Amino acid sequence: MDFEIADDRRMLADTLSRWLAEEYPFALRTAAAYEAPFHRPDKWADLAELGALMALAPESRGGFGGTGFDVTTVFEEIGRALCPEPVLPQLMAVRLLMASGVDVVGDELAGALDGTVRYAVALGELGAPYALDDIETRYAAGTVSGRKSVVYGAPGADRILVAARGDDGRLALAEVDGAAAEIAAYGMIDGGPAGEVFLDAAPARLVLADAAGALQDALDWGALALCAEAVGAMDHAFKVLIDYLKSRNQFGRAIGDFQALQHRAVDLSIEIEQARSITILAASRMGTPAQSRTSSMAKNLIGRAAKMTAEETIQMHGGIAMTWEYPISHYAKRLIMLDAQLGDTDFHLERVMRLAGPGDLAA
Amino acid sequence: MDLSFTPEEEAFRAEVRSFLAEKLPADIAEKVKTGKELTKADHERWQAALEERHWYATTWPKEAGGPGWTPVERHIFDEEAAMAHAPRIVSFGVHMLGPVLLKFGTEAQKAHYLPKILSQEHWWCQGYSEPGAGSDLASLKTRAVKDGDTYVINGQKTWTTLGQHADHIFCLVRTDPAAKPQAGISFLLVDMATPGIEVRPIKLIEGGHEVNEVFFTDVRVPADNLVGEENRGWTVAKYLLTHERTGIAGVGFSNEALARLKRLARETKRGGKRLIDNPLFAARMAEIEIDLEAMKVTNLRLLYEAQKNGAPGPETSMMKIKGTVIRQALNDLARRALGPAAAPFPSEDIEGNAALVAPEHAGAAAAYFNNRKISIYGGSNEIQRNILAKQVLGL
Ligand SMILES: Cc1cc2nc3c(=O)[nH]c(=O)nc-3n(C[C@H](O)[C@H](O)[C@H](O)COP(=O)(O)OP(=O)(O)OC[C@H]3O[C@@H](n4cnc5c(N)ncnc54)[C@H](O)[C@@H]3O)c2cc1C
Repeated sequence: MDFEIADDRRMLADTLSRWLAEEYPFALRTAAAYEAPFHRPDKWADLAELGALMALAPESRGGFGGTGFDVTTVFEEIGRALCPEPVLPQLMAVRLLMASGVDVVGDELAGALDGTVRYAVALGELGAPYALDDIETRYAAGTVSGRKSVVYGAPGADRILVAARGDDGRLALAEVDGAAAEIAAYGMIDGGPAGEVFLDAAPARLVLADAAGALQDALDWGALALCAEAVGAMDHAFKVLIDYLKSRNQFGRAIGDFQALQHRAVDLSIEIEQARSITILAASRMGTPAQSRTSSMAKNLIGRAAKMTAEETIQMHGGIAMTWEYPISHYAKRLIMLDAQLGDTDFHLERVMRLAGPGDLAA
Repeated sequence: MDLSFTPEEEAFRAEVRSFLAEKLPADIAEKVKTGKELTKADHERWQAALEERHWYATTWPKEAGGPGWTPVERHIFDEEAAMAHAPRIVSFGVHMLGPVLLKFGTEAQKAHYLPKILSQEHWWCQGYSEPGAGSDLASLKTRAVKDGDTYVINGQKTWTTLGQHADHIFCLVRTDPAAKPQAGISFLLVDMATPGIEVRPIKLIEGGHEVNEVFFTDVRVPADNLVGEENRGWTVAKYLLTHERTGIAGVGFSNEALARLKRLARETKRGGKRLIDNPLFAARMAEIEIDLEAMKVTNLRLLYEAQKNGAPGPETSMMKIKGTVIRQALNDLARRALGPAAAPFPSEDIEGNAALVAPEHAGAAAAYFNNRKISIYGGSNEIQRNILAKQVLGL
């Protein structure tokens, strides 16, 4: 057993953390995340240069990471800094491209990892926000048709990977040129870019004719990334809360002196540790038969812990945390809204119930 | 035991309903329903319609211009108004200062201010909280020094709700810094056109502007603007807070939010199935409905006691806690029902065929975030628990 963080990952975390602190200090981050284009496209190349994208794939595919822990390292720092860059779809695109075979996409994978090509991944639809089974967008004869809803990072993406049902009823993966899609772009309530993607017989290249497995894999990795992002954001919010409980005085003493608040802060710290643990567990099981069920367990627990962190951190601060000027309000928004990405607590709870447990898998 | 309303109360409910159907402007109700910010004129238009019927100053005795409603009638009105998407009454003038002046005001103050509250010539805001004085209100520092027949005010108030619309502010100020905290406070009426006052907006978590900071630099107000005695402002403030307590459960808002949530769960389809048919979601909704049904009866039991004994007791703190928790849980479920469709920033008008949800649900996430305030203001839920522990449980 070894719970130490490997040296190379610690170095990557430190590098990212320093760079994010410099490039996305609170005021600048808020301005960027809430004004079109809702992130800093000019920073994308730097982010890639630091290795944030290379860490998402193994050496055999041109990266230098690719394990669950490489992914959590990157996303924890993104969460801690509330970085609005659409790295999540890039991770999912890397997983999808890797699944589609080296020969076909060797160059494309390189472009995804060095950041020269930015991807969006269009899965959810208005009537199918989370479940792949419910997707109605169609692929036929080199075109895709349908509407994809709340596609993170879609505006300005070079390429969009679209999940669509083929003529044979199977779920296919098709690639659409960003310029070929009609996109209604908007910013999100927690900052960052998204859009409605309208595809009306848009020219598309078939990447995978049978993509169900690859899509599920990409979703599992995406869920893991969101869990790590939440852990980073929760850690930061909790630190700010403890500092505030020590420094805010009412009734002639620090509000942290009140046992009513002490116990709640302790309960919260326990849930955040639980969240960290389930994320570590999920990271350790990526690439094993238990990957799907464990990543769903993590996403469910994270949803609950993130909500508790957001709500309790605001409540224990009092009015100040209700303001735009105070960073905690933005951490709270991110922590709440990431529940609605790639399946919420209930979606993943049902999935955990449905999927066989590790014991059954072994049998 | 009989939980039914009397025939008179039922008749009153019908009367309220037909009044709302007739007099509540549709454009205003639509804004409330879709979570759009109301303008000053919107509030005034609705409140004028109420005053025309003498249904505006519901906390005032009949002689003073109130409708003479019982607590139960007031409750019925609040329930119906919320369900019809009427705006909340901006309570600072009519429900806070009005009753205070009726009890503590001089004849001159009553004659000058009360009619202007009813006619809405004055828009009041509440200057209690300060950056350093929230829950511990008695530690407030804004200073007022007597200079001949004026007070000179220096300091800062914050969280001033709708101060951007206000032309008057009632303030708690420190007039005796040597006395014990509660003993050195006075209650002053201030015309915001007085030189030396600056109002700065505070942007809230979801991006809206409803609160402000108010700065006072050598602001001179006539000594006649003192309400009650000098250094006895705490008594006045406490009296006002008991009025802040009426309707604290927000039953009407919860009823409306639950009805809206059920509509949403019926309209929302996932994989062709309605969300309301998803057992997990339906269970979460049913649980809140159960809590709400119980809370409504607890609230009626407290109203019944208040009707018997005169004033609401400290038990109303229960309703503040339960009422806010239920409303927040309903907001939470609405946001979850929408899923990713709750994500767009509310000011982004995504319209026409790009719209993600019906307009009445578009503000769900913003409402969820904004309503985190209801367990903080008006005495935080922690402070309510302290009150219950001490005054009700005797701990
Ligand atoms: C949207 C909004 C509108 C408002 N409108 C107005 C207005 O119009 N006019 C006005 O005067 N004020 C207004 N307020 C201010 C409001 O009344 C205060 O926010 C409230 O009193 C809490 O004070 P605080 O924010 O300074 O928090 P603090 O008092 O600093 O409290 C911080 C935390 O400590 C807890 N705490 C404090 N003391 C204790 C204790 N003894 N035991 C246990 N826990 C404790 C609190 O519950 C809270 O969780 C508004 C606030 C908001 C958010």
